[in-house]
Amino acid sequence: MTSPLEQKKIKIAGPSVVTANRTWDGAVIYRTAAKDWSTDLSDAAIVRANDEARALLAESVADDLGAIGAYIAPVDVKDDGRIEPGNLRELIRRSGVTIGPPAIGLPVQA
Amino acid sequence: MYAYDEIDRTLVNERVAEFRDQVKRRLSGELTEDEFKMLRLQNGVYLQLHAYMFRVAIPYGTLSSQQLRRLAHVARRYDRGYGHFTTRQNIQFNWIKLAELPDALADLADVGIHAMQTSGNNTRNVTSDQWAGVAPGEIEDPRIWAEILRQYTTLHPEFSFLPRKFKFAITASANDRAAIKIHDIGLRLHKNAEGETGFEVLVGGGLGRTPFLAKTIRPFVHGSDLLSYVEAIMRVYNQYGRRDNIYKARIKILVHELGIEKFAHEVEEEWQQMREGALKLDDDVVEDIRSRFFYPAYEKLPHMPDELRKAAHDPQFEAWRKNSVSPHKVQGYAIATISLKPVGGPPGDATAEQMDALADLADKYSFGEIRVGHEQNLALPHVAKRDLPALWKALDKAGLATPNVNLVSDIIACPGLDYCSLANARSIPIAQELTRRFANLDTANLIGRLHINISGCINACGHHHVGHIGILGVEKNGEEVYQITIGGRADENAALGALIGPAVPYAEVADVVEDIVEAYLALRERPEELFIDTVKRLGVEPFRERVYATR
Amino acid sequence: MPLVKGGKITDDVFVHVADGAALPDDGAILVPAARLLENPASVLDRKDKIGVIWPNNRDVDDLVPYLDRLAVVALVFPIFRDGRAYSQARLLRERFSYRGELRATGQVLRDQFVFMLRAGFDSFEVKKQSDAEAFAQTVKRYSVFYQPTGDGRLTALHRRMQLRHSESAGL
Repeated sequence: MTSPLEQKKIKIAGPSVVTANRTWDGAVIYRTAAKDWSTDLSDAAIVRANDEARALLAESVADDLGAIGAYIAPVDVKDDGRIEPGNLRELIRRSGVTIGPPAIGLPVQA
Repeated sequence: MYAYDEIDRTLVNERVAEFRDQVKRRLSGELTEDEFKMLRLQNGVYLQLHAYMFRVAIPYGTLSSQQLRRLAHVARRYDRGYGHFTTRQNIQFNWIKLAELPDALADLADVGIHAMQTSGNNTRNVTSDQWAGVAPGEIEDPRIWAEILRQYTTLHPEFSFLPRKFKFAITASANDRAAIKIHDIGLRLHKNAEGETGFEVLVGGGLGRTPFLAKTIRPFVHGSDLLSYVEAIMRVYNQYGRRDNIYKARIKILVHELGIEKFAHEVEEEWQQMREGALKLDDDVVEDIRSRFFYPAYEKLPHMPDELRKAAHDPQFEAWRKNSVSPHKVQGYAIATISLKPVGGPPGDATAEQMDALADLADKYSFGEIRVGHEQNLALPHVAKRDLPALWKALDKAGLATPNVNLVSDIIACPGLDYCSLANARSIPIAQELTRRFANLDTANLIGRLHINISGCINACGHHHVGHIGILGVEKNGEEVYQITIGGRADENAALGALIGPAVPYAEVADVVEDIVEAYLALRERPEELFIDTVKRLGVEPFRERVYATR
Repeated sequence: MPLVKGGKITDDVFVHVADGAALPDDGAILVPAARLLENPASVLDRKDKIGVIWPNNRDVDDLVPYLDRLAVVALVFPIFRDGRAYSQARLLRERFSYRGELRATGQVLRDQFVFMLRAGFDSFEVKKQSDAEAFAQTVKRYSVFYQPTGDGRLTALHRRMQLRHSESAGL
């Protein structure tokens, strides 16, 4: 997933959300329709057009105190309305690393 | 190791107080993120995918047991119970909260640890090799000069806002374990024909989008002139390095665009005007720093102690000893490398428990000292040979005795897309799978010395360009694919690897690496011919043929 | 934008002359570098104080012939992260022995005050009022300095030497 830090032009390919990290602790957050942030992806406001995306991002970026590094991320909206991350990067941000905790090597001796 | 005095401690505490104030002003809104970002970077605080990442400096890779315990405490108290040792001898914590950082920094400052300039467009950790001061054949301990440089570069008022980051490395051995040729300034400590101590100065090395090996700018600079010469280089860079394009802002680009002769000339002109000034290092100033380095009171010990002779009957101990134990300059002692590359594990990670266990072992067996290597392993630098069997048992219990150092499963990898917001692809799961494929130690020993380096993006924090096998993750149509190179090396014969063919998808990378290894085993002239030498002898083509025959 | 000089907020007696504008008949003036260089006589021929604003992408060598006539040299930080003016400041102070007022302009923020003082700046066009007010307090943040600059502050290395000598002298 090309790092979205390199996003220059706002052009969405499908339903998208605005995501960022919470300033005081770095937690992953999503912009809601109520001009707020939530750590729950299901609370995220969904945009489906470039203008909407631009507007939502601009409003999110204006909250410099609450969040940092806001950008537009793709989502997958299921038939039942569930919102799922739209690529591997967002999956990792939502669910955590894909590796186990540091594996303590098995002792060579029994 | 270097002992902080009141002066050093005061500076670190003043920095902590300043950062606490900066965090306060950020969280109150007085500072915008745009104003704060460079300030937090100057203290090693990145924003990553899941959280902030905190990079703590381990100057030239030397730690006391007390310091290692405090790192374990930070992992436990402020993070998720583990840390990651990096390719620049630092340690990273991945889940840190900005609001708690000033307290974490204060806890670290207590034991003389800081995070100054581990990020940002300034001068970073001055690295050396993990055997500095104890390896046979060293001119002198390069860490003394690394410490002189560390102090000189810390909060330097002229060079805190450079065009881009700036990295130093220093070696005092003919065999360069510090990879000086891939650094912005590389220093090779040696003696000239008159027996005087000085440095070969190399400049303009660096990986990333446009990798370059450093070029020699001056074959000999006297020790007393080191700082003035470095200042001349940095002043030229600060003034003329590009600031219009971050991909062209490193000194390697300036050296490349001017050419080494013109660049050397610019530096020489600047240097001639200030070489006799305040930066000239007197002998007593150097001696003062040297005197602050404590060395163990080594005992007079036999070359082959009974304990070692007896333990030779244990094949598992022997496997570890032959793999992980290296000669020491003092008879009766040895250097023990601690592998942080267990089968299935993320390379370079250690839990808080492991750190505490290792700190205790360092107290017991290594005069309280631990080293960090850029290969993301640790070392105990002063182990009496008679203690090796007991040490091994304890390391094994703590999962720190995988005898795979320098072998195919001793992989160097960046955090990749699992952690890093710059990444395009994952690197750790690739490394984990490779350790599983090559878990059999007999096979690994049959293959011999083989360095695999993995980077999750072109920024090359995994140093893939200089891996014997280099793996670079990229993104194509939403999928992770990997470019594979062979023939790179990071030592005194540094070279950049060559691509063997088109990029391969995530699921095939381990297969391709197995094929490369099989090709090597078939092509090598004799068992002692290392992978890297077979590649040098035959070139990339025979490997390309075999690996891509069925792809 | 508040001007901090001598550690506190003061009025700026210098008038910034815009590109192409006529020079005022009298009073202290701050002119852009290009103005000085294209016609030095016209700028320097006045009894009141003269200062120049020097861009950060031009060698200060070209300014050296005029230094003894200048009361102020203003250097520029277009953004605070662009640190070229630190080198220019040190060269002016340490190599060319400039003794007049050395002013930091552009995006001058609180967290760079100490660096700027050490590099030789002694006046600051500070972006934020709150930063200007905090100047005196901010410059007390650090008492330890590792490297020598022209500011005369004793470096750590030399403090240690002093301590050593006084110890061995039995003081």
